[in-house]
Amino acid sequence: MFGKLTIDALPFYSGIAMGGALTVVFGALGGVAIITWLGQWRCLWTEWLTSLDHKKIGIMYVALALVMLLRGFVDAMMMRTQQAVALDSNGYLPTDHFDQILTSHATIMVFFVAMPFLIGLFNVVVPQQIGARDVAFPFMNAVSLWLTASGAALVMTSLVIGRFSAAGWSAYPPYSEAQFSPGVGVDYWIWAILLSGIGSILTGINFVVTILKRRAPGMRLLTVPMFSWAALCTSILMLFAFPALILAAALLGLDRHVGMHFFTEGGGGNMRNYVSLFWMWGHPEIYILLLPAFGIYSEVVATFSGKGLFAYESLVYAIAGVAVLSAMVWLHHFFTMGAGHDVNAFFGRVAPLVAVPTGVMIFDWLFTMYRGRVQFSVPVLFTLGFIVTFVMGGLTGVLLTLAPAYVMHDTTFLVAHFHNMMIPGALFGYLAGYQYWFPKVFGFRLEEKWGRRAFWAWIVGFYLAFVPLYILGFMGMPQHLERYYVAGWQPYLIVAEFGAVSILCGITCLAIQLAVSIRDRAALAVSSGDPWNGRTLEWATASPPAPYNFAVVPRVHGIDAWWAMKQAGTAGYRPARFQEIIIPAASSAGVVLGAMSFVFAFAMIWQIWWLAAIGGLGICAAVLLQTFHDHAEHRIAASEVEAMETRRATAAALAPGVAM
Amino acid sequence: MTDSVITDNTGEESEADEAKRALDEKVYGLCICLMSDAIVFALLLAIFMVMSHNPTDGPGGQPLSVRLPQTVAQTVLLLASSATFAVAGVAIAARQRGRTLAWLSATFLLGLGFIAIEISQLYGMAAANAGPSRSGLLSAFFTVVGAHGTHVSIGLLWIVLLVGEVALRGLNPFAVSRLSRLGLFWHFLVIVWISIVSIVDLPEILEHAGSAANG
Repeated sequence: MFGKLTIDALPFYSGIAMGGALTVVFGALGGVAIITWLGQWRCLWTEWLTSLDHKKIGIMYVALALVMLLRGFVDAMMMRTQQAVALDSNGYLPTDHFDQILTSHATIMVFFVAMPFLIGLFNVVVPQQIGARDVAFPFMNAVSLWLTASGAALVMTSLVIGRFSAAGWSAYPPYSEAQFSPGVGVDYWIWAILLSGIGSILTGINFVVTILKRRAPGMRLLTVPMFSWAALCTSILMLFAFPALILAAALLGLDRHVGMHFFTEGGGGNMRNYVSLFWMWGHPEIYILLLPAFGIYSEVVATFSGKGLFAYESLVYAIAGVAVLSAMVWLHHFFTMGAGHDVNAFFGRVAPLVAVPTGVMIFDWLFTMYRGRVQFSVPVLFTLGFIVTFVMGGLTGVLLTLAPAYVMHDTTFLVAHFHNMMIPGALFGYLAGYQYWFPKVFGFRLEEKWGRRAFWAWIVGFYLAFVPLYILGFMGMPQHLERYYVAGWQPYLIVAEFGAVSILCGITCLAIQLAVSIRDRAALAVSSGDPWNGRTLEWATASPPAPYNFAVVPRVHGIDAWWAMKQAGTAGYRPARFQEIIIPAASSAGVVLGAMSFVFAFAMIWQIWWLAAIGGLGICAAVLLQTFHDHAEHRIAASEVEAMETRRATAAALAPGVAM
Repeated sequence: MTDSVITDNTGEESEADEAKRALDEKVYGLCICLMSDAIVFALLLAIFMVMSHNPTDGPGGQPLSVRLPQTVAQTVLLLASSATFAVAGVAIAARQRGRTLAWLSATFLLGLGFIAIEISQLYGMAAANAGPSRSGLLSAFFTVVGAHGTHVSIGLLWIVLLVGEVALRGLNPFAVSRLSRLGLFWHFLVIVWISIVSIVDLPEILEHAGSAANG
């Protein structure tokens, strides 16, 4: 009846696991209780869960990322604490539990923090930045969101029911095969990857089509703002890379449950195929995470320097060049597997080339700031912190790509290097974007003081946590150790623990910043809609934007279109009469599809076949209902558009200290 | 940039234009989706090629060449279905509902024949102890052929749905646009099949022909 699911799946075996499970359960119940107490279920359903508005979908993506950041960070803190105390002892975590935390930390941070964060920012910003009223496929956009959310829900469920994978985030066979990992952990990992991976491919399709087909009239490709260029390159990489990951995960599942021999030790399997497939996705994935951050830094640097970007075209070519290079260097992630001299030599020579376009970008940002009036607001702080710290990450990356440098591979040097890419590289960018576009979305700025505190806690925490790991790597400490017997390592690991505490302070500051800003939202309001004196078109819409973004679609004549309009005095343009605007109607099919895919995946993991059938049929029903519903649109009457635009103009005129 | 202005007529397209653009976008989106799908098949075929050098204890090349007659039959059926779909396209362009339905049904039957042969062949192999769990090579073979067969089955389901829609609602613009995308998908599957035959079957056939000539 319930397949492999029995009462033993509940974590009665360990106090720590039970604590984690109870936190998830009470967290979920608490959320339900608060929504019920506020009486907001109807509003939540009609305004948010069923919404096809790209801005709301973006907000939900970012909210998902921030919630999962907390979970991923708790994992990190637990690992740092274990390593700080586990000299000549077992510490407080059994091996299997430590390995699960290791796996879930990385899986969550990549798939359910970084990916939803950057896709959320795409959703909020890109259509407005290119002067579009919507993305090309609004319903598919909702499907992407809810598939990603289902994947995240699976990872959270594994904390309560059963166990998560202990095979590392890359789930290398043969350890991840049924022979060595017979439990449901690896299956949770596989299904979380499949669901969120399909969601990412759909996002990639959506944004490629949106950016190539929906730009405002007159916006040539070489006048598209940098963040949207980054979104385009990222989306193309998603389309290229995610099929490899989905295939790797699916074939691993076939090995585990159909008895196939793709990656097994015996039977003619070849685990190198898995490693190749995984990194064929994995290396482009790093740039999928980084390019959006590069786009954000470009926007922030230009806006807060009060200047156009230095050598915009070189930035475009650099970002596209990085995208192309990233797709052809995956093998440098497994030099130590022994592919042979000629293969290693090729990849060892090509991989460092990525430093060239990256260097071009760094210089472009520096020259943009040079002789500009740089305002040191919170997004700029994150950008400067990135530029300084990322240089270190880039150099250590070049060290790792040199094939003969075997000594650093599989040590904490590698751990430090990729966290150097992911935290000051990617996450600082997303946080800068969060601070920069928050007033765009909600109509009030985030408070500055707590933002600065958050920045300093994050950057100090980063250095404290990861410089010791660089040093430990040189000392030969392998990665993924849950206990060790070298006394000389412990002091560094204790310093790294302090770093994690400092990052905890950074997260706390961000939470306080959000709370304080909501409390003081009247004082922080930006009724002009353009708080930073922005340059690109997303600041031409109201803040928060109307459902249709642009009452009149602007005509663009060059880069920094909104800046040009402000210079020309056409920014406040108001047509004699407005026209009716069609936007997509809300649809419950997206969220139902997400829920059903969760049911399906959960049932497949536990082999509850009748439940899997229900889930599968539910998915089909949701897709068919939506695709054969041809008139799923909502019309906003011209008079309604006019009323909204009038309210906006009045609010801007009454605002003190209008920028424009 | 002093010439930046907004005028009343820019960007405001008529509803007909907007509908046409929306359809263009859907075709474009499907093309991109198929490219992503093509990568999946390319990777599966690459894995097959790696595995074919490493058959271990499972039956290696020999049993796969047994499938030659069926492969020829499948190829003929699928190429014929591509042609019937193209004829259906002519009928759609002329807005002839009856002929559209007839040619779509022909396409469906040809595709169904393709799937029937494939199922019987794979079943026969599994029954003869040459199933997907026998060796890495057979895993790769069953997966790449099975993935293509699954796509064809989805295409068949899609044909049924659209035949139903055209029969009930007629050849309205939405149905025509859906049919055009189904056509892209169907012809794409034919291209994938040609790649599979070229990589899975052709080398063996050539090898046999070579050894027959030499022997």
